[in-house]
Amino acid sequence: MPVQIEIVDELCIARLIGDIDHHIAKELREEIDQAVLRAKPKELELDFREVSFMDSSGIGLVMGRYKLMQEIGGELRLINIASHLKKVMVLAGLDRLAILDKPERKPTQKTQQGGDEA
Amino acid sequence: MKAINTIKLQIEGRSVNEAFSRTAVAAFAAQLDPTIEELSDIRTAVSEAVTNCIVHGYRDRLGLVYITASLYADNRIVLKIKDKGCGIPDVEKAMEPLFTTAPEEERAGLGFAVMQSLMDKVSVRSKEGVGTTVTLEKQLSRKEAASKC
Ligand SMILES: Nc1ncnc2c1ncn2[C@@H]1O[C@H](COP(=O)(O)OP(=O)(O)OP(=O)(O)O)[C@@H](O)[C@H]1O
Ligand SMILES: [Mg+2]
Repeated sequence: MPVQIEIVDELCIARLIGDIDHHIAKELREEIDQAVLRAKPKELELDFREVSFMDSSGIGLVMGRYKLMQEIGGELRLINIASHLKKVMVLAGLDRLAILDKPERKPTQKTQQGGDEA
Repeated sequence: MKAINTIKLQIEGRSVNEAFSRTAVAAFAAQLDPTIEELSDIRTAVSEAVTNCIVHGYRDRLGLVYITASLYADNRIVLKIKDKGCGIPDVEKAMEPLFTTAPEEERAGLGFAVMQSLMDKVSVRSKEGVGTTVTLEKQLSRKEAASKC
């Protein structure tokens, strides 16, 4: 499963896992929307801690969830965003739509990019 | 200038192959000893171009995506990503940020903008009914001169 969803009171947390691209975006969208429409939370939190890759399909996913949260009168928050993902998000202006939290500076995140020392 | 190394990939335009193509090209690009950030930029740009072939070029059918990657001695990588799909009627317009012909699929219309910001050169050749070729180029930092950057 590319997403784990948890609902605590008025908060819906979606922990995204792996690569966010066109291949997986539809499944993510359906899973998250189903939970949001059922729980109608005040806040949707997308957790990127386990996300290794994201392209513009991920931007579309975030923008779509922003619209959904607007419709139900809630907020969107993005957390634990690694710097290479943040680059694409800021380029797309997502920092103006959603609350972007600083990535946690814990070295526990596994790095996907090998090969630079190869 | 002649390339010092070249690979050609031909993949079926199935969305599951998007991850394969960006990973394969990044593995090849690793020969130039790029930084982690440069590698991530290449991976993302390839993903944008290949996804466009699959999503737009071959909209409702399965077609082949052709990828050529060449490495140059001056630490440059040049990528050509081609489809034989529907083509783009107005390339200039298509490249404008937020322009998309597929908003119902939650496309942001930012693929070209992402490619342009992550790569040094992006050029598009397209003909309606014939197909589209996107050429991406990136100059990688030289390790010897790394302290200057
Ligand atoms: N290979 C292609 N074949 C046909 N049309 C294309 C191709 N690549 C891009 N286009 C056209 O150019 C438009 C813009 O492409 P771009 O990648 O910038 O945005 P998008 O794919 O629509 O959305 P996003 O990439 O943000 O998910 C597309 O909507 C499509 O109309
Ligand atoms: Mg695109």
